[in-house]
This record gives sequence, C-alpha cells and structure tokens, in this order.
Amino acid sequence: MSDEKTHIIPYRTLAMILVALVILTLISVAVTRIQLGPYTVAAALLIAVVKSSLVLTIFMHLRFENRFFAFMVTGVILLIGIVIFITLIDYIYR
Amino acid sequence: MEEHRDDLASKTGMWLFLFTEMLLFAGLFVVYSVYRFKHPEAFHLAAEELNVFIGTVNTIILLTSSMTIAMSITAMQKGSTKLSLILLTVTVVLGLAFLVNKYFEWNTKIHHHIYPGSEIMASWGQGDILFFGLYYFMTGLHAFHIIIGLTFIGFVMVYIRKGRITPDRYVLLENSGLYWHLVDMIWIFLFPLFYLVT
Amino acid sequence: MSATSTLTTNAEPSYLDYDNHRKGIFAWILSTDHKRIGLLYMFTIMSFFFIGATLGLLMKFELIAPGKTIMNAQTYNAFFTLHGVIMIFVIVIPGLPAVFGNFFLPLMIGARDVAFPRLNLFSWYVYLTGIALVLYSLFAGGGAPDTGWTFYAPYSFKTSTNMLPAVLGAFVLGFSSILTGLNFLVTIHRMRAPGMTWLKMPLFPWTLYGTAWIQILATPIIGITLLMIVAERTLHIGFFDPTLGGDPILYQHLFWIYSHPAVYIMILPAMGVISEIIPTFSQKSIFGYRFIVGSTLAIAFVGYFVWGHHMFVSGMSGVALFTFSFLTFLVAIPSAIKVFNWIATMHKGSILLDTPFYWAVSFIFVFMIGGLSGLVLGSLATNVHLHDTHFVLAHFHFIVFGGTGFAFFAALHYWYPKMFGRMYDAKWANTGWLIFFIGFLTLYSPMFYLGIKGMPRRYYDYDEMFHSGNIVSTMGSWIMIAGIIIIVINLFRAAKSGPKGEQDPWKGRTLEWTVPSPPPVENFDKIPVIEKGPYDYS
Repeated sequence: MSDEKTHIIPYRTLAMILVALVILTLISVAVTRIQLGPYTVAAALLIAVVKSSLVLTIFMHLRFENRFFAFMVTGVILLIGIVIFITLIDYIYR
Repeated sequence: MEEHRDDLASKTGMWLFLFTEMLLFAGLFVVYSVYRFKHPEAFHLAAEELNVFIGTVNTIILLTSSMTIAMSITAMQKGSTKLSLILLTVTVVLGLAFLVNKYFEWNTKIHHHIYPGSEIMASWGQGDILFFGLYYFMTGLHAFHIIIGLTFIGFVMVYIRKGRITPDRYVLLENSGLYWHLVDMIWIFLFPLFYLVT
Repeated sequence: MSATSTLTTNAEPSYLDYDNHRKGIFAWILSTDHKRIGLLYMFTIMSFFFIGATLGLLMKFELIAPGKTIMNAQTYNAFFTLHGVIMIFVIVIPGLPAVFGNFFLPLMIGARDVAFPRLNLFSWYVYLTGIALVLYSLFAGGGAPDTGWTFYAPYSFKTSTNMLPAVLGAFVLGFSSILTGLNFLVTIHRMRAPGMTWLKMPLFPWTLYGTAWIQILATPIIGITLLMIVAERTLHIGFFDPTLGGDPILYQHLFWIYSHPAVYIMILPAMGVISEIIPTFSQKSIFGYRFIVGSTLAIAFVGYFVWGHHMFVSGMSGVALFTFSFLTFLVAIPSAIKVFNWIATMHKGSILLDTPFYWAVSFIFVFMIGGLSGLVLGSLATNVHLHDTHFVLAHFHFIVFGGTGFAFFAALHYWYPKMFGRMYDAKWANTGWLIFFIGFLTLYSPMFYLGIKGMPRRYYDYDEMFHSGNIVSTMGSWIMIAGIIIIVINLFRAAKSGPKGEQDPWKGRTLEWTVPSPPPVENFDKIPVIEKGPYDYS
C-alpha cells in the first residue's frame, strides 16, 4: 500500500493546461508564417519544449512526484541531446 | 504469503519503459538532425508539401486526448468510475480520429506517388527523398505507438469494467496515461519538425 | 507440511526440489522463481556458447594455413557473422546479468525475488524467440548472413543473404535485454532489505545497477537502427544509401552509439563478480568501496560518448576524431581505478588459494592486457595502422572473452556450491583452469603480433608471412577447448555425484552465504535487517 498522500489534479487545472497548449500550438504555426530565417525552426522547437514541459510536469504528474523521477527524465533528455550534439560534430566539421 | 503491492515500483517500471521509447525515437531524431543539417533548403521546400491545417488539427486532437486521459485519472481518484470510463472513451475516439486523419494524409501522398521507392521520388533531389523517408518512417512509427497506446487504454477500460481497477487500485490506469502522454509528446516534436520548417 | 519458523530451514525444500504444482519440465519453464529462471538462462547460454565456440574453432582451423583449408570465402564470412552474432547478442550481453544477476541479485540485497517475476520469465521467452529468428536466418532461402555481426551499410541492405531474420532476431534479443534491465533497476530501487542503504549494497548489485541503466538507455538505439536496415531493404528508404542521399557513416554512428555502451553491459557485471571474489578470498574488506561504486557509474556514463573510436578510419571530421580519442582515454581511468583497488584489497589479506581466486586473478591479468591494447587502438595514429587487423581481434577477445568469459567461469566456481548444494573437485577445476588459461594466451597473443604486421581480420586467406603465427594460434584454440571440456565435465559430475556443498565454503560475508545451499524458494526465512557494510571482516 502506498502511504503517500495521493495528489489529485483538479479538472480545471487540466483544462487550463490544455488551453495553454493549444495557444502555444497556434503561436508556433503563426511564427513560422513570419520569415525568421534560421530562427524559425529554433522558435518552433522552443515552443515544442515548453509544451512538452507542461505535459511532463502536469499531465504526467512529475511536479508532484518524488524528485528522483524528474531527475531521471532530465538525465535522459540530456543524454539524447549530447548524443545528437556529438554526432553533429562529425557532420559540421567535415 | 500475501503479495505486497508496490504501486511505486509499478510506476517506476513504466517510466523506465518510457525512457526506452524516448531513446527509440531519439535514434530517428539523430537521423533527422544530420540530414536537415546537410539539406536545409530541401527540407524547407519539401515541408511545404505537407498540409499544416491537418497537422495542426491532429496536434490539437492529441493534446485534448492527453487532457481527457489525465481527467479520467482525476475522476477515478475521486471515485467516479463511470466518468473515468467516459473520459477514456473520449480519449480513444480522439486517438482514432488522429489515425483517420493520418490515413487520409498518407493516402493523398501515396495517390500522388510520393512515397519511398516510387519513381517520382527517385526523380527528386536527395534532400527531398530523405525528408519524405523520415516523414513516413517517423510518423508511421508514431502511428504504430498510437495503436499500442489505444490497445493499452482498451485493456484498462475492460479492467475498470471488471472491477480490477478501482479508486483504491488504479496504478495501471496511471501507467496507461503516462504511455499516452509520451505518444503525445513525440508528436509535439514531430509536428514542428515536419510541418513547420517551411 | 510443517510451518516451523525456526532458524534452521532444513524442513523447507530447496528451490531445486520445490513442488510448484506443475509436472516435470513445466515446473521449470513456467516458473517465475528468479533462481530457476537464472538456471534456464544458464543452460540456454551454455548450449549456444558451444555452438559459437565450434564456429570459432572451425574458423581457426580454416586459418591454420593460407588458402582454402576446409571452407570457401563465402562460408567463412557466414561463420564469422554468426560467431559474432551468437557470442555478442546471445552469450555475452545477456550472460552475467541473466544468469548470475537473476540468481543472486535478490539474495544479495535481501529480497525474495525480483520486482516483476512474471516479466522475468517473459524475458526468457523473448530471448528464445530472438535466438529462433537468428537460427532461422541460417537456413532460409538466401543463405546465412555474411555482413559480420556489425551489419554495416550499404552491404547489409544489398546482400542477398537472409538479413531480415538475423536483424529482427537481434532486435528481439535487445528487447529481452531491456526487460531484464528494467526489472533489475526497479528491484534495486525498491526491494533492498531494511537497513541496506545504497552504500551498504554489495558491489555485484551495484554493477548490475549501472549495467541496467545502459540496457535501458542504449539498447533502443540499435533497435531503431536495425529497423532502419529493414526499411532500407524493403522500402529503399535511403537513410544509408549514398545514391539516395544517405550516409553509410551515419549507420556506423547509430550502430556504435549502442554497441559501445554494450561492451560496458558486458564488462561491468564481470567487474562486479571480481569485486565479490577478491574480498572473500583475501578475507579482507574491499579497498576503496566508494571509489569502486563511483568508477562503476563513471564507466556507465562516460561510456556513452566514446563510440566514434570504432570509426576512426571511416571518414569522420577531424574534430570528431580527436573528441572521441580524448573521451576514450578518459573512460580508461575508472577501469584502472578498479584494478588498483582489487590489488590493494589483496595486499596484506589472508589469501585463500582456490579455484575462484585463480579465475579472478587471471581475469585481472588478461583484462589489463586487453585494456592497455585498447589504448593503443584509441590513439588516432596507431589506429590507422591497426584498424581491421588481427590486433583488434586480440584486443576484444582479451577484454571480452578474457573479461566477461573469465568472470563467468569465476562466478560459476564461486557460487556453484550455493546454487547446486554440491561441491566440485578442486583439482580438476584448477587443472581445467590452467589448461584453459594457457590455451587462451596461446590462441590470442599471436594475434597482436599478426595485426601489427598487417594481417587483416575477416579474411579467410592470408599472406604466407603470417603462417607460423596462425599455426600457434590455432593450436592454442585446441588447448583452450580442452580446458573448457575439463571444466564443464567436472561441473556436471559434481552436480550428479559431488559431495554436499556447504552453506558458506569460502567464508564470504554477503547475504547469499547466510542462506542454505541450495537456497529455499523464498530465499530467506525472515528478511534480514542490515546494520553493517557488505564486506565486514572485523
């Protein structure tokens, strides 16, 4: 039996997060209409990161779980980032 | 000897499985990064072949389904098993709608002979071939995971009906939610990388 | 059925005899007891080891003279491919975790089983499915795969041999590895006995922990890469096909992003076994416990970022070259720390000269040779000369066979009395060890020289100047196999008619030695409460 106090996320909070996510989606579409050159993709990706953070922290409950889960998730994301980075080092400097 | 139930162990196991799924897609993101770096203009132009409207609608569909499955957990925690089942049904319907949209998107492309190995593709530039190869592979793998997620949710709904998931014992429902959110998150990245790099 | 709760558990049946209400073989192949599952893996692995070893022996026999000896080039290519696939994916990657991890992890942390016993059994079936697919690739239409176990593009999507079942087999085997890692991670996090804090956990579980992270985080990369090969073969997707814009070197990147950390999956549990044997046979606490824990985690972490050292001559950029070379030198440091600590443990210890100790000490010897030769390969300039030569073969056989292989035999001889409740004949065990060791050195040492002189790998033929080295090497393979045969017969004989194994024949201090030999199904009468560190010889 778990002896931790169960944290319940209110329906309202979940609905508000969805609203935020939809707005961010629409912003990312609008941003790509504007010609920002190489920064267009960066902007769209940045918004994607913000959206994912909302999904991870609220929908997936990371904010309310044992810190260790958030630590692990961050570690995995960092690992993926470093692997992509090191691979690109090959291609960028060829 | 009575089995000591350990929900935290179950949840930890699910998160670890999610990590393997993240690393699975990471390999494809590596390929995407490399080929986008090598062919920025081609990716830019090829992305214009995709329908941003359908992509946006699909994104919103999936985001909404994430909300509904999160709500179904809240409902279960509050003891409303019936509401939980309704919300799960909505989640499944939204997931199926996503798949239907995907089907039409792919079908249109294939109808125009835009698919890996086609003659039209062979006559295009290498950047285009790589873009569409990645498009089909990544969205295809993602759609496969949607099917897995929907199946998982289906099982959970059956278990709720049978009383094997209850307001006192719902870690399986939470785990199905985690899996579904992951599938949503992967799409959150696929959407800009394929539809918004114009 | 008496319900005595006394300290003596002689009334309780051992896990070998326990009646779980199933008949005959089903009591084993449907059992979720981690100890039985460990043995199921052991018998599968040992059977396939003999197949892999036979392939190796036949390859060595082909190489005893230049030109065709017993097989043609195509057959030789299929042989080295299959030898690699079996040894790597079926034997060495699962090896120590699936056999000794399954058997001893719960015992060593004071648990009754792993976190997910049914998932554990399922992992074994996934493993068998992977093996079946690999075997199928031998016999189906196009012929056995001939790409090498590395499946390099573009040949892997052009060859007409049976790539799909081989590649899918490897994929499925990877899935089994992931499930084992997942199970062990949750077990270690959630099921340590009360009082066993992280820093009171013994070192073999620590290495299983580091290994499990690699299994979870690295294996999916080869999973997706193998699927890309499938897509290349069936859909002409173009990721690695230069005519469609793809880069074959990208395949190599993706392949080695997994396969380098994979070698740490192979070696970390091996080091864990040695870290258990050395303190016991020195009757002294391990020197520098925290450093060994730290070095385990450091190897697991840094090991992710060195994969390019398999690709120094492929065509990577200069910046990539020296980045990978630098990181490769860095990852050698934590391994060296372990070697220093093992030797420091033995210093002024009360040494028990017995079979497990001989295996452990010879491990350190061959592992160091293998490791140092790795530095030669990790240096850019020397790598250019030595890449794809027999020097590489010598390096990885010393470090993988010498490392994981020796550790497997060491673990077998260390934990045998506990697992089977019988004791083997020490004289024959030591004789087998010595003959094996001499054979091993004779087989692989000449390869360093042959490689430096320029003999390529994966060729069934060679220039006459390499002849005498090859004769010595092939004869070494016969001596080595003789040693293995002696070892195996000795252990089988002991199982049938050996004297009774004691509960704690080596005077070890870790928890597995506090339960009967063989252990009862539930492991412990009462879950112990831990107060002291794992190697308390005071």
